[in-house]
Amino acid sequence: MRFLKDFLHIVALPALLIAAWILWSAQSTSFFVPTLEQMSNAFSTTWTWGRMQSDVFPSVARLIAGLVLSIVIGIVVGLLVGSFRWLRQLMEPTMEFFRAIPPTVLIPVFMLLIGIGDDMKIAVIVLGAVWPILLNTIEGVRSMDEVLSDTSHTYRIDGFARIRYLILPSAMPQIMAGIRQSLSIALILMVISEMFASSAGLGYTIIQFQRSFAIPEMWSGIVVLGLIGVIMSCIFQIVERSVLKWYHGQREMENAG
Amino acid sequence: MTTQPAEHNPVINQGSMADTPDGQLPVGLTLPDGEALLSVRNLKKVYQTDGGGIEAVRNLTFDLPKGELTCLVGPSGSGKTTLLKAISGLLEPTAGEVKLAGKLVTSPPKNMAVVFQEYGRSLYPWMRVRENVELPLKVQGMDKAKRDQLVDEALEAVGLDHVPRSYPWQLSGGMQQRVAIARAVAYQPEVLLMDEPFAAVDAQTRADLEDLVRRVWRQLGVTILFVTHDIDESVYLGSRVVILSSSPTVIQQDIKIDLPDERDQLGTRSSQRFSELRHHVYEQIQLAKEGFRPDAAKAQA
Repeated sequence: MRFLKDFLHIVALPALLIAAWILWSAQSTSFFVPTLEQMSNAFSTTWTWGRMQSDVFPSVARLIAGLVLSIVIGIVVGLLVGSFRWLRQLMEPTMEFFRAIPPTVLIPVFMLLIGIGDDMKIAVIVLGAVWPILLNTIEGVRSMDEVLSDTSHTYRIDGFARIRYLILPSAMPQIMAGIRQSLSIALILMVISEMFASSAGLGYTIIQFQRSFAIPEMWSGIVVLGLIGVIMSCIFQIVERSVLKWYHGQREMENAG
Repeated sequence: MTTQPAEHNPVINQGSMADTPDGQLPVGLTLPDGEALLSVRNLKKVYQTDGGGIEAVRNLTFDLPKGELTCLVGPSGSGKTTLLKAISGLLEPTAGEVKLAGKLVTSPPKNMAVVFQEYGRSLYPWMRVRENVELPLKVQGMDKAKRDQLVDEALEAVGLDHVPRSYPWQLSGGMQQRVAIARAVAYQPEVLLMDEPFAAVDAQTRADLEDLVRRVWRQLGVTILFVTHDIDESVYLGSRVVILSSSPTVIQQDIKIDLPDERDQLGTRSSQRFSELRHHVYEQIQLAKEGFRPDAAKAQA
């Protein structure tokens, strides 16, 4: 019963939106508003297995590569910068400068420097997605509990063990919050990076459909993009729930008590 | 135990005045070289702030013989935590030195464990009870079989062998502090420092934990330095009580607690001797709070 109720809550709004669109598009004569029938036709003819292999999977692969790189760089650099005050002072102005530059304006520069291949697109994704992870990791390392830190010192948990058993887990709630923000940034940059000097990819495909006035196909591409976002967020939530089980449990106990 | 003295006043431990720079400061019990397990000499700590230096600890000298349970008691703000941090190597003293088994303490030594007051912040919330107790041993590189045995014994010693798979935050405050004690026990230290460990638990739990500390101490023969602001607790637990003055801290008095070794909450606390000793410590603490300076008094004498 409870399960049914939860399920209804989850699907209610999407169902309502789809119903509204069906009703509206049925009486609409606008060229830009496809009907349900046009959309489902466009969807099944456009997103064939061949198209998935040529345009969707490579895009998703670049997205994942960009995210993994951002997470690794963000956490490693964040641990270092968060641990040493002098390094923080050294890096802060420079980081603020680069953070302020929208990664999209660097696409032409990257095209000249790196070329127009996968490297350039992944670099654009990393340049945008790394910041939330980096800054959150720094903050997570800095907000280390003093008593816990002293305790670890007295038990001589130092060096690599200190990072592995103390710093990393204690910063994990902030790191996860950073990764969550990076997911959507990475998705946006994946699409944008494919709009320049590309001949394949999800972003390229959507732009092509738009330019050739294949409106239902264009819309179907946007739906695919949205679905990728939903799947990413689901995977993230599953991972987060298992990694931060202790954190959510502790918070629940504190709120109850 | 020795026979109880006829007079009401407790036996005062007195070290050699020659141990202090000007030969005038009162000192705690000191032992000849090589006999003390932990020795604190002329320890001084001044905190540098924007408004100038704040002298938290002025001059402390005392020794801890092996196997003794010593309580440090002082009025609030008497630099108890500063002293403990300096002894454990977490804080560098401004002057003076701490030696453990003859070796100068400059960073946390291997044969020392500390139990902090804030149990909720001293356990790793991302690890289960068992992992918390095991971690220091694992980092040492001890093999699994030996580790398991030590962890089992420690958990049993504190009466927690039934909850190894819980997370610390799922347990009550008293039980969390038991986990911290188990972790210290499993670490097999020679010296165990306890910084007001029971200040944040309720009175009934506190009595249980006091008896636990006495039991662990007698079973394992570990040397304990127990810091507290609770006068009753210090007299009940210790074989010796070191009374600190108000800040800047010096030792006000170092007394022997000549209660029998077998102690229990009801019998011991209602005994004549307990109440005399308690009375004495209470008076000394009141003196300290009123600003009595043993160093000034000695200088005049």
